Amino acid sequence: MKIGVFICHCGLNIGGVVDIPKVLEALSGYDSLGHVTDYRYMCSDPGQQLIKDAIRDKGLTGVVVAACSPAMHESTFRRTTEAASLNPFRCEMANIREQCSWPHRGEPEKATQKALEIIKASVEKVRKNQELSPLSIPVTRQALVIGGGIAGMQAALDIADAGYNVALVERLPYIGGHMAQLSETFPTLDCSQCILTPKSSEVGSHPNIDLFTNSEIHAISGYVGNFDVVIRRKAAYVNWDVCNGCGLCMEKCPVKTDSDFELRLAKTKAVSIAFPQAVPNRPVINSEVCRHFTQGKCGVCEKVCPVGAINFRQEDAIIDRKVGAVVVATGYDLHPKTRVGEYGYGVAKDVIDGLEFERLNSASGPTQGEIRRPSDGKIPKEVVFIQCVGSRDQENGYPYCSKICCMYTAKHARLYKHKVPDGQPYVFYMDIRAGGKGYEEFVQRATEEEGVLYLRGRVSRVFEEDGKIVVFGVDTLSNKKVEIHADMVVLATAIVPAHGQTELARLLKISTDEWGFLSEAHPKLRPVESLTRGIYIAGCAQAPKDIPDSVTQAGSAAAKVLALFSSDTLSHTPEVAVVDEEICRGCGLCVEVCAYDARTLDMRRNLAVVNEVLCEGCGACQVACPSGATCQRNMDTAQVMSMIDAVI
Amino acid sequence: MVYSYFPGCTLRAKAKGFESSTLASCEVLGVCLEELEEWQCCGATFPLQIDNSFPLVSPTRTLASAKKAGRELVTLCSACLNVLKRTNHVIREDLDKREKVCAFIEEDYSGEVEVLHFLEILRDEIGFEALARKVVAPLSGLPVAAYYGCLLLRPPEEVGIDDPEAPKVLEDFLLALGCDPVDYPYKTECCGSYVVLQPGEPAMSPSRLVVESAKSRGAKVIVTSCPLCQFNLDYAQSGSVERGENAVPVVYFTQLLAAALGFGEEILQFDGHIVPPGLIFQSVGVGGCGGLT
Amino acid sequence: MKLSREVIHTEDKRKLQDISGEEILSCYQCGKCSAGCAMTSAMDLLPHQVIRLLQLGQVQEALDSKTIWVCASCLACSARCPRGMSLPNVMESLRSTFLRPGDRCLNPAEIPYELLEIVPEQALVAAFRKYT
Repeated sequence: MKIGVFICHCGLNIGGVVDIPKVLEALSGYDSLGHVTDYRYMCSDPGQQLIKDAIRDKGLTGVVVAACSPAMHESTFRRTTEAASLNPFRCEMANIREQCSWPHRGEPEKATQKALEIIKASVEKVRKNQELSPLSIPVTRQALVIGGGIAGMQAALDIADAGYNVALVERLPYIGGHMAQLSETFPTLDCSQCILTPKSSEVGSHPNIDLFTNSEIHAISGYVGNFDVVIRRKAAYVNWDVCNGCGLCMEKCPVKTDSDFELRLAKTKAVSIAFPQAVPNRPVINSEVCRHFTQGKCGVCEKVCPVGAINFRQEDAIIDRKVGAVVVATGYDLHPKTRVGEYGYGVAKDVIDGLEFERLNSASGPTQGEIRRPSDGKIPKEVVFIQCVGSRDQENGYPYCSKICCMYTAKHARLYKHKVPDGQPYVFYMDIRAGGKGYEEFVQRATEEEGVLYLRGRVSRVFEEDGKIVVFGVDTLSNKKVEIHADMVVLATAIVPAHGQTELARLLKISTDEWGFLSEAHPKLRPVESLTRGIYIAGCAQAPKDIPDSVTQAGSAAAKVLALFSSDTLSHTPEVAVVDEEICRGCGLCVEVCAYDARTLDMRRNLAVVNEVLCEGCGACQVACPSGATCQRNMDTAQVMSMIDAVI
Repeated sequence: MVYSYFPGCTLRAKAKGFESSTLASCEVLGVCLEELEEWQCCGATFPLQIDNSFPLVSPTRTLASAKKAGRELVTLCSACLNVLKRTNHVIREDLDKREKVCAFIEEDYSGEVEVLHFLEILRDEIGFEALARKVVAPLSGLPVAAYYGCLLLRPPEEVGIDDPEAPKVLEDFLLALGCDPVDYPYKTECCGSYVVLQPGEPAMSPSRLVVESAKSRGAKVIVTSCPLCQFNLDYAQSGSVERGENAVPVVYFTQLLAAALGFGEEILQFDGHIVPPGLIFQSVGVGGCGGLT
Repeated sequence: MKLSREVIHTEDKRKLQDISGEEILSCYQCGKCSAGCAMTSAMDLLPHQVIRLLQLGQVQEALDSKTIWVCASCLACSARCPRGMSLPNVMESLRSTFLRPGDRCLNPAEIPYELLEIVPEQALVAAFRKYT
């Protein structure tokens, strides 16, 4: 075995702390080293060339690159090694940056000693590394998209347009998400319905999209390329295959109830289609209020349905699908406003939130687009908009910025002014964050041309008095306390992940941040991938974002799925656990300790087996195995012992 | 080179040296400034009220008179330049105001006249290289701070005779005279202008900052083209000579011009100045001005 | 300060906009005018604060400030304003609101004789234009 050691300075990151000439000298007499050298940036092209040349010229059979974390550049250097016709698994990285020079910046002598020991241990490991070949996994070229808002729809369309089958699962009976509730969209003020509806119907009729609305993910298992999904389609009590969407049932239903789609601003029936343009255009019976279910009588809908589609005995349907990739686009909810008690939401009827204002402003909304306040239907002449309700509020809400509120508030204020020209909109803000194409100009039009008065400061209190909504605020620009007796107040409440997202993330085994937003694999370089291979994220499920950003991210997630689908197999690292079937006694301890569900017991043969694709190579099973039957490839117990010997 | 010439009120009263030094220099340089037959005070400030055309009447009369003379109109005073140029701009651009004002003064004027500052004649017509060749008493090594103030430069799109944030016409002019121009950051800051007449002299604070900035960079003289700037910067140093402090005379750029062309005290007319300029010329031993006191 | 449509949109404020030709709301309060103003040491309100008061309809408070009389119309602010607002025009409109009914802010009799003797004519003409 002839091993080469290549020490990287990483500029001054390593070279500024570790005495590299000293390390080189110390290694010069080390057993069976075929070559030792250093370079300022080993990952650069000339650095990699150095390695390739040495492998060829010196006939190296093993390589140790002493540089940064393997998470950063292991794949880089293994490709380099492979390019020089050496098995890439004969290349190891000795991490002397994250694990040495960075944490020991103040103690260069000790760092130099430690670097030497890390390198020696890696040499010992490489000495016993076997030549391995990557594993090959088959890929099911069908996708699952969870969430039928604009992000999910876009991802589904992009994948479907490329020729692959997509199952789109949406919890609500219709697709479109919150965008279906919006009136107009910033910064162009085009009507949300006008741009959404064509997309919805495209999704609804696409030959490659199987639409599962009123459905949820019941269970999911498997791994990249091979997920087994169980979808639960909730009972609608209407046979959608038979129903023709005529709406007679809704017309005749005697039970009125609050419309979820219209938030609390309008009533609907116990059997209803959320809104006229809904896709699919099929009704659902709300069994919590329907008289048939609550009192055991009525059944008017069943009687009037001309096609016999009503089915009170319908049960939830369970559908199994096999998919290769998953896009999670579960969207957002608004922060529970009752937690901001000082703003009077839920007490004063005319304190509403941004989505409710969207409905008031929508041509198909409860007021046919006229701005009328909920309490008495009067047209409000003074409207106060409050930004950052729950956002940027570490103590009572969330520390993060909800990103879209500055823009939609400017939009609301402008739309209000268009409809009530003699009205006065006020906006209380902390900063105006309008960092998108055409956004700053949009806000400027609000302030300059349309007379929206921006007041810089937070509101402290909102309460009702004599039919007015009194607002206590401040304008820190003029250093004046401000009191406004308004007719209506609109709260720009914080965006939070959709309810149930945390549970779904647990089901999918993907991680979330402390607020429940899905975590991306890398905030800059891998923004649409989860840390679990084969599961991608898009839209507000990851963080608050507007429509253009959601669509962009959805397209990007779809591109990742398509890259996965570009071949019918994909490779997986062979550095996983293996079981010596001669020794294994089937005790099952490895199954208990495996965090990745990669270990199972073969009861028939009384053996523990490894699902190599799920195995992350953590080594927990190797430690747990009492008989020594389990070992990890290229990290067996003998290797670990000689690494330890090299250090002590 | 013949131009129509608008002296303005101050040059006939408190800033006589500005005019006498210019007219004498013009003879040497072959420039003929022909005073308008009829002129009246420009108003000293351009009106900033868009609903009021009365303050435009007087400068428009002057411009109409120049139109009859058929030549470009030259001013020395920065304020006159500012008012005449801005008025000209309004007359050119705003048809309503043009009609109203012209009807009132019974003249037919639509902005035909080009208004120029004397510095523009020196720079664009004579040229600073040619000017340098005419210098007989170079002010060699005299460290001079050029003070532009506001009216020569702002608003840039209507008035500016140079880059509003980094002007250099005065420095180039000073180089032609052999001076050593001093660069300092306050050259385009306001001196306080007419606010000098407010009780408590609030205008003195900005003036002092300008003078101190020029002094800190080694200036021995400050030049300007505005009588009010000259006064404010000078007035801000009242008593400093008596107190034995380091004071910097503030002169019109044409006074240095005439000195470099060899003219003496009777032409430069330093009598109104608070910080006496003669002393400085003596102390730096500038050739042509040796006879000055 | 109670704000309402009536407070924000007063006749006085409309008049100021008519005189100055400036849209008060176009100011986004970046403060660059105040940052570069040569006269702030003698002002009680910074220039951008005067504009803010007008945006809020507080015309009287702006009229009561020393600032409007200390502004020397040097145009440093307007030449650099990112919103293209001529703040000196607004200052002049405030002065005009005070002066047009016949009031004045400078009494010739109160100018010290020593100053009157030496000050350039240009200063007197300008000051009477601005203050009476």
